[in-house]
Amino acid sequence: MPIATASQTIGPYWHLLEDESWADLTRLGAAAAHPDRRPIVLSGVLRDGAGDPFPDACVELWQADPPASDAFPGFGRSRTDRDGRYRFRTLMPQPVPAAGAPGTNALQAPHLALAILSRGLMHALHTRVYFAGQALNEADPVLSAIAPARRGTLIATPLGAHDGADGWQLDLRLQGGDETVFLEF
Amino acid sequence: MSETLPFRPYAPGSQPALDTPAYVGTRLRHPKQAPVKIAQSITELSGPRFSPTAFAPLADMTRGAQGAAIGERIIIAGRITDEDGRPVPHSMIEIWQANAAGRYDHPNDSHDAPLDPNFHGAGRVFSDAEGNWQVLTIKPGAYPWPNHVNAWRPNHVHFSLFGPAFATRLVTQMYFPGDPLLEYDPVFNGIPDAAARNRLIAAFDPQITRPDFALGYRFDIVLRGRGATPMEA
Ligand SMILES: [Fe+2]
Repeated sequence: MPIATASQTIGPYWHLLEDESWADLTRLGAAAAHPDRRPIVLSGVLRDGAGDPFPDACVELWQADPPASDAFPGFGRSRTDRDGRYRFRTLMPQPVPAAGAPGTNALQAPHLALAILSRGLMHALHTRVYFAGQALNEADPVLSAIAPARRGTLIATPLGAHDGADGWQLDLRLQGGDETVFLEF
Repeated sequence: MSETLPFRPYAPGSQPALDTPAYVGTRLRHPKQAPVKIAQSITELSGPRFSPTAFAPLADMTRGAQGAAIGERIIIAGRITDEDGRPVPHSMIEIWQANAAGRYDHPNDSHDAPLDPNFHGAGRVFSDAEGNWQVLTIKPGAYPWPNHVNAWRPNHVHFSLFGPAFATRLVTQMYFPGDPLLEYDPVFNGIPDAAARNRLIAAFDPQITRPDFALGYRFDIVLRGRGATPMEA
């Protein structure tokens, strides 16, 4: 039986495949397709084990809600810039069913999935972005699996509305004292 | 096969460790804490869909605005399957690489080798209903990198695949048979299992080779399969 092909680093030259517009998941007409959803801008700084910003990473975003369509890809890709900052514009997700829970009412709090790829990373690092103040955060099965002292590394903080979107910030730390919690699935 | 069945874990030794000391760039970038294992939910079991109508394929990377790219033309062809041998159909593959001289058309590449105005080095193809795909490109050159004294990356082509779910996302590199640099490369050798490592080396294939035109290489890719690992017989 074949086994899954090995990962290798994305390296420093992955921008050859970059389309910078992909960082805006609302570019295809999402506002008209989902008038009930708030646009959000999520940004943050990616830092390494020395605390230095990380300027050439590829951050990828996936969200299962709202469902992907011609008007909303659900997937985005952002470089980190010279200040180590990634930035996405997307729609606020709503709760989705928890793992293995069809037929039950168990829900996950609104969240986005992030994958971090860069030189020096042999494979993608996965994490999630939750939103401060959401009532469902308390009962979310993924947040609940994380030691309370580290949960905050997955919870974005509000920056206020700007340019028609709610701003959210979540900094990411690959290594060190306030290391982001990474997920394996 | 149910769309809600989780993907099985990676086989032990088949994936490189984030902490790979010989690859100096991993030193400050690998997490020190163990990852938190989570059950796969709709977030992990669903994933982006890319169609060739919205994302135009570029299966011939050898044509520039002013003519043909310099270098040895090669055809790379392969099949994407899952760990049960089922084809992964209609899936986008992104491809990028250095030119024949070992230089990327990228502002951060300062290697003193010539750019080729007719070679950008980015392609995009889609697997067909049977999982088959192919691309026409130029054999990339080796290039130096600052990992250690006199470090050179083996000839390689970068690949990015999505598969059916966010859990099947794969970024990897394809190498060429007989490359003497492979044994010195910490990225390639960061994969613990030798068989898994060697599957990143494409095979020269006379069936893919086109007479009087281009050498052919086969590079088959396997994405995670669904369900539990089959029981040993
Ligand atoms: Fe490379």
